[in-house]
Amino acid sequence: MQGLVEEGDEVIIIEPFFDCYVPMVRMAGAKPVLIPLRPKPGKKTVTSADWYLDPEELSGKFNSKTKAIIINTPNNPIGKVFTRDELQMIADLCIKHDTLCFSDEVYEWLVYKGHQHVKIATLPDMWDRTITISSAGKTFSVTGWKLGWSIGPEHLIKHLQTVMQNTLYTCPTPLQEAVAQGLLLNSELMGQPECYFTSLAEELEGKRDRLASILQEVGMTPVVPEGGYFMLVDVTSLNQDLSHMVDDEAYDYKFVKWMIKEKKLAAIPVTAFVGEESKKHFEKYIRLCFIKKASTLEAAGNILKNWRNI
Amino acid sequence: MGIIGNLAGKFSVIRPSLLLSNQYKTVMSRRLHANRTVGVDKNVWVEFTQLAADYKAVNLGQGFPDFSPPQFVQDAFCKAVSGGPSMHQYTRAFGHPRLVKSLAKFFSRIVGHEIDPLEDILVTVGAYQALFCAFQALIDDGDEVIIVEPFFDCYQPMVLMAGGNAVYVPLRPKEGSAVLSSRDWVLSPEELSSKITPRTKAIVINTPNNPLGKVYQMEELQMIADLCLKHDLLCFSDEVYEWLTYDGAKHVKIASLPGMWERTITVGSAGKTFSATGWKVGWAISSGHIIKHMKIVHQNSVYHCATAAQEAVASGFEREYELFGTPESYFQQLPVMLHHKRQKLASCLQRVGLQPVMPEGGYFMITDISSIKVDLNDESTKDESYDFRFVKWLIKEKGLATIPVSAFFSPEHSKEFDKYIRFCFVKEDSTLDAAEDILRKWSQKK
Repeated sequence: MQGLVEEGDEVIIIEPFFDCYVPMVRMAGAKPVLIPLRPKPGKKTVTSADWYLDPEELSGKFNSKTKAIIINTPNNPIGKVFTRDELQMIADLCIKHDTLCFSDEVYEWLVYKGHQHVKIATLPDMWDRTITISSAGKTFSVTGWKLGWSIGPEHLIKHLQTVMQNTLYTCPTPLQEAVAQGLLLNSELMGQPECYFTSLAEELEGKRDRLASILQEVGMTPVVPEGGYFMLVDVTSLNQDLSHMVDDEAYDYKFVKWMIKEKKLAAIPVTAFVGEESKKHFEKYIRLCFIKKASTLEAAGNILKNWRNI
Repeated sequence: MGIIGNLAGKFSVIRPSLLLSNQYKTVMSRRLHANRTVGVDKNVWVEFTQLAADYKAVNLGQGFPDFSPPQFVQDAFCKAVSGGPSMHQYTRAFGHPRLVKSLAKFFSRIVGHEIDPLEDILVTVGAYQALFCAFQALIDDGDEVIIVEPFFDCYQPMVLMAGGNAVYVPLRPKEGSAVLSSRDWVLSPEELSSKITPRTKAIVINTPNNPLGKVYQMEELQMIADLCLKHDLLCFSDEVYEWLTYDGAKHVKIASLPGMWERTITVGSAGKTFSATGWKVGWAISSGHIIKHMKIVHQNSVYHCATAAQEAVASGFEREYELFGTPESYFQQLPVMLHHKRQKLASCLQRVGLQPVMPEGGYFMITDISSIKVDLNDESTKDESYDFRFVKWLIKEKGLATIPVSAFFSPEHSKEFDKYIRFCFVKEDSTLDAAEDILRKWSQKK
């Protein structure tokens, strides 16, 4: 962001978005332009694939000031895995309007059966205008190592390097060595069951399904994710009366605070991931993280099953 | 080929085969890069580290030890890595609790102020990022920042990126002295005072100083403090070499002077403290009302630092707290070991007719090279300053890597100081011996 974006630029961000994108665009002096993913109406079993970008709406957000669009696939918090066609639609607009693409792909290995992670940088004419971002933390379940990387063409990366040499300069040596070993090992095993990228996805798919069925059992509507390790849940059916909470906050903020206090279950309000105008479309959703031990998920399950009690 | 080269080959799926037939296309009709990257793209470390590696030179250039950190701190890192799930996941964004507590406890007694671990400390990816947060949080468009030269090179681009203007005040060798020690380089109070304007926001000092090795005395710091108080300035105090003082020189924290706690940001480094520069753990300590702004920059850029490394550094400080002032303390042992190496390097430079400036502190020694006459017939460097050309020649022709000192001066003053090169003596004795060999052979040939 610091290397390529500045005052006068606009950056398109798809809602719901990982919350840091907006402050980072602002700190670079640019204007965030938001566009929401919208749910297809009338579906019973909801999955993240039911949320889509309206092509006309997206096209309308591009103009001569648009410097970049940020995409996140698999998406946090919805878990949507953008299809090749959807990415092509975005790519066409990038090429037409001479825009850069920042592709946040930290959950790239966490894609569940029937879905495929596609790198927008591999689409025709996109390599030259895309920065692809990955994370050792999400790849190897070591968020506390704080190592990530950007891959892109030299004419873009050199500006990121300029920022790097004037901010952090280097990252920890032993941790980079360990991540390198991890990547080397797993690239040899790619596609095999011993490969961590395969085994982690399998393990998480089981947890995803377990959490989804618990939520459905208690009458809630989960948005089953195609990727990532988060699940949105629509809490409307619980009909929880929060009128005693007088703070001027969105429903989901109140709900989550209430739930933490009264039910001892922690989640994240989804309006944290959207702009002001979209809040009303997302305030009945909370985000649950399912990359947890089985015992943690069971404990959550018990709380949910006993919801009506007390 | 190395691991990176190996990996780049395996992950080539990201590069479509179409590209191979593509000539380079102009990607964007407008400028790609942000204005803030203009003028800060050159970096002396990137340039010279590459050169030293290319020529496999005996490396007394970049400031990092080629020996290991002390065993107790390596053990602490291993212990942290084996310390269960929490050691591998996110910790507190502004600093791992065990680390900020140990830093607060350790430094409160030195600074003479009760440091609040949660409010007054920000842990960063190296002291480098602490400096970055300070400039970004506190310097704005049009602010002036006084930098005392010679300065660690990153201060200048950081001021620029924050939209500020750098104003330079040089340390100058005392009139008429032989200039044999870093103590002979002084700040003129009048000159410093004359550079302060209503737009001056901060002054940046580095003690012990890189590259000179000067350890500012109490009186000198008091003079700077008086000006900070008089003109309501902030003071950024880079103290990464705080434990490395020689010949009885005492490191003084400007934040401990009256009225200075509220306006000083003290920057420290685990890398320099524990000889583990590759861990990249640093911190800023200041009054909470200043740290809170730096936290905002941090949470919108890096957000967290590596957990296990912070745990290990915490363990290191807890040990040093107990052993403070005793012979077992690493903060006693390291300067003693480096004192001997400093001596060794100085003697070998003097034996070949060079005049080193004996540093009172730090990792480095600068040497006047004007007595050396060489034919720098390298066409590729002919537009660069003398010391840059000399250093490149020394790497290529003699296999000895150093750093040109004019890199640490402003464009205005670099011409006055282009006859000095900087040596790092925090190296294994074998490395220093190898350097001595090269210098001896060279002086014998003359």
